[in-house]
Amino acid sequence: MSLESQELAELKSKIGRDPTFTELQIVAAEWSEHCSYKSSKKHLKMLPMKGPLVIHETGYDSGVLDVGDGYVVTAHIESHNHPSAVEPYGGAATGVGGVIRDILSTGTRPIAIFNGLRFGDIEKDQQARWLFKNAVTGIADYGNCLGIPTIGGEVEFDECYQNYALVDVAAIGFGKKENLIKNHAKKDDLVILLGGSTGRDGIGGSQFASDSLESEDRSAVQIPDPFIEKLIIEAILEARNEKLIHAMKDLGGGGLSCAISETADALEIGIEMDVEKVHTRESDMRPDEIMVSESQERMLIITSKAKLKKLQEICKKFRIACSVIGHVTSDNQMHVKKGKKTFANLPTNVVANATLLDLPSKKPLYLETIEEEKKFKAISNYSKTMMKLLASPNIASKIWVYRQYDHEVGIRTVIKPGGDASVLRLDNGKFLSAKIDGNPKQCYINPREGAIGCFEEACRNVVCTGAKPIGMLDHLQFGNPKDPEIFWTFLESLKGLTDFVKYFNIPCVGGKVSLYNETPAGSIKPTPVIGVLGLIDKNPLIPQKITDGDCLVIIGNTKNEMGGSEYFEYINKFIGGKCPSVNFTESKKNMKTVLEIIKNQFLKSAHDCSKGGLAVAVSELCMTNQIGCKISLEKVPGEKLDVDRILFSESHSRYLLVLEKKNLKKLEDMLKKSKVSFKLIGQFRGDKIQFNKGTKSIVDLRVDKAQKTWLNSLKDLILHG
Amino acid sequence: MKVGVVVFPGSNCDRDMYHVLTDVFNFDAQYCWHEKALPKNIDAVILPGGFSYGDRLRAGVIAAHSPIIKDVKKMAKKGIPILGVCNGFQILVESGLLPGILLKNESLNFMCEWTNLIVENNKTPFTNQFKLHEKIPIPIANGEGRYYVDDDTLKQLKKKNQIVFRYSQVINGSSHRIAGVCNQEGNVVGMMPHPERAVESEINPMDNKPSSLIFESLLAKIGVGN
Repeated sequence: MSLESQELAELKSKIGRDPTFTELQIVAAEWSEHCSYKSSKKHLKMLPMKGPLVIHETGYDSGVLDVGDGYVVTAHIESHNHPSAVEPYGGAATGVGGVIRDILSTGTRPIAIFNGLRFGDIEKDQQARWLFKNAVTGIADYGNCLGIPTIGGEVEFDECYQNYALVDVAAIGFGKKENLIKNHAKKDDLVILLGGSTGRDGIGGSQFASDSLESEDRSAVQIPDPFIEKLIIEAILEARNEKLIHAMKDLGGGGLSCAISETADALEIGIEMDVEKVHTRESDMRPDEIMVSESQERMLIITSKAKLKKLQEICKKFRIACSVIGHVTSDNQMHVKKGKKTFANLPTNVVANATLLDLPSKKPLYLETIEEEKKFKAISNYSKTMMKLLASPNIASKIWVYRQYDHEVGIRTVIKPGGDASVLRLDNGKFLSAKIDGNPKQCYINPREGAIGCFEEACRNVVCTGAKPIGMLDHLQFGNPKDPEIFWTFLESLKGLTDFVKYFNIPCVGGKVSLYNETPAGSIKPTPVIGVLGLIDKNPLIPQKITDGDCLVIIGNTKNEMGGSEYFEYINKFIGGKCPSVNFTESKKNMKTVLEIIKNQFLKSAHDCSKGGLAVAVSELCMTNQIGCKISLEKVPGEKLDVDRILFSESHSRYLLVLEKKNLKKLEDMLKKSKVSFKLIGQFRGDKIQFNKGTKSIVDLRVDKAQKTWLNSLKDLILHG
Repeated sequence: MKVGVVVFPGSNCDRDMYHVLTDVFNFDAQYCWHEKALPKNIDAVILPGGFSYGDRLRAGVIAAHSPIIKDVKKMAKKGIPILGVCNGFQILVESGLLPGILLKNESLNFMCEWTNLIVENNKTPFTNQFKLHEKIPIPIANGEGRYYVDDDTLKQLKKKNQIVFRYSQVINGSSHRIAGVCNQEGNVVGMMPHPERAVESEINPMDNKPSSLIFESLLAKIGVGN
């Protein structure tokens, strides 16, 4: 793990001499893909990051949104894929820790965690089961101990993640705008390292994450300690209240090397530091080891000499270590010493800015033929197919997962996990809705439409709670970018997201790129994961109990777009077909209309149609409300389609609205006026989920039986495999 | 009237409890850091939930040796109302103020879900506004929430009316489905579920009135402060 030969040559020419061993380690860490984004950065600029509510500050890793009345929301997303694939408990836990510190470094209190988890086929693969189980426990143990609720997420299984794991963690922070840390520093200010001690764990972690996973380099995985993180959070927020922090950065990938060089570069200062002042876990650590260690639960703080004593008192109260490791200089150099001896002295702009690459791309060959369909065996018993789908790991309830997460602590959680988006109450009387979504199956078939679909799905989810989308987070996860075909899929996804951002005016407030996600069997499918934040001024739509006689109205067209659907892939074991595509005008109209209707407060609930299509979406309503329904498939608006397509198509921009019969006319008038495609397709009653076409019964399932299967199948798989 | 909310390193429901006490029920609440003495004029003490000391060794066992526990014990002796919630309950048990022990849940997993409590003793400072056997919808969130006592102690608890709350159904394998107990005098109460998460209708999907009676009972006992 070191610099490539042309990078070494470049470094030599930039500094005009041979680098020292320590310098080489520092630069290798900072120029790794993980820290420098060298393959992706040139292209990421296309994503618009400005918007009326977006606040930009120097040196932030998290996005900031103004939610009014002097309050801000911060958000960030990270992944910990490589570490989690080797050591799922520690990898997932430290993933949570890292993203939480990004939120903290803006001066806001973390108030929610989201997680997106992806593993191999857990029905067949013991190892995937083990990875899944331990990653969930890792997230639970870390987040629960911090007292930050894990309020939502998604779990997906696909053979492309065999022997691997994608662990994405997003976090949200909340605070007063006036308390945001305005990063600044002047000459002779002190540079302080606060929190956990520096050890040999996680050495070279960012380079490890920037390579294909070939060896299980366990020493590159960090060790979690949520108790120290909790103390750091409280100490830093207390220091923030006392205005003791001039600048702050969390130590993540690349450890001190990254934090020091990036902070100095962003603030246009120099930093001189002494590795002997760093509190370490082991006594004989070399300067380079100290500089690239990724030990967790550490923060870098810059403050003035006058404020040091007060800061130390707060750290003493919480019994966390706080070492003055250096000071600010004016020469824009990163100067690393051990006692009096210099081990590295580099211009910060050289360290912090790797030369960006412009990698070649080429449309993958497989895409030439993948959209062609083949004939499937006709299904004789749809009820059986439905039961199979409800029990499938991707569709079955994730209650086994989110029950292990404390999702109530902090007493903000108005809409709890298990539905569409989760909703938090904010101190200014408004509500924040959030959801993350991914869909590698669709992204594999069409990286552009697939990525747009993930974005729209996350929007649909927050819209169903009555929230207007105000910002998005993107996490782009792909294989080796040096493979032009893989890089092409990356660019396509990015272009799709950019188009969506521009058309809908939902700025990207933060993101992350994770490349080199390779398994022994090859690259993972393109896996962009999109988080959307929505704001509700008042009255979120909290789902009310559905009762006898309530009506079900669908908005949006059902199309013959089965590519990447659970029906094709899980039931028919077929990868291919047409990927669902989002019609932007239709999507915008539907979103706007649903939000307007929700404002009128007569809906009992709104639910989006996604994985498993209409059949699963309706069943979810029935199972969570323990009531039957009778749906007429011939009424479903859209193309004229065979029964299996109507039931299981995963077309976008579709919403299910539930309301009392007496409000039906009001709804229909509004929908007609807004010119969206809609239809009353059925009513809730009895104890069976029934889909008919004309007089013919297609699906006839007992709700209690379906519910039992849906709720328990994932747990049974984990416990009894 | 003053209510102290004790804060240990790793407490994480302290701010929730403080919010409920002050903003919902108008108590005069104050945070009490575990290394400082409890104020002399305090009228009730609450040990909130969380992960004191990161649950190291065993939940609550290190916090039970914090300096403030000496004061809590003195207050307990004086008959001042003391409530431990979740980790607070674990600390009260570990410090010997309440009988029994809290073990890992039968599922061996952390459990966060809504359940129902049944009030078994309506004579304590935190249950005096309930009818006997009244039902309380309330959330639990714990990994070590399985209350355990041996048969002899259980007999004693029943005899002395020390069982305050029971779960309406088996959820984690607790002895006799016990969710909360009190000392023999009745002024020290511990419970695993979180009443502070259930008193506001906005975040309570069931009914927020029953759990509110826990705080209203304390109001009835010590009165509102000015």
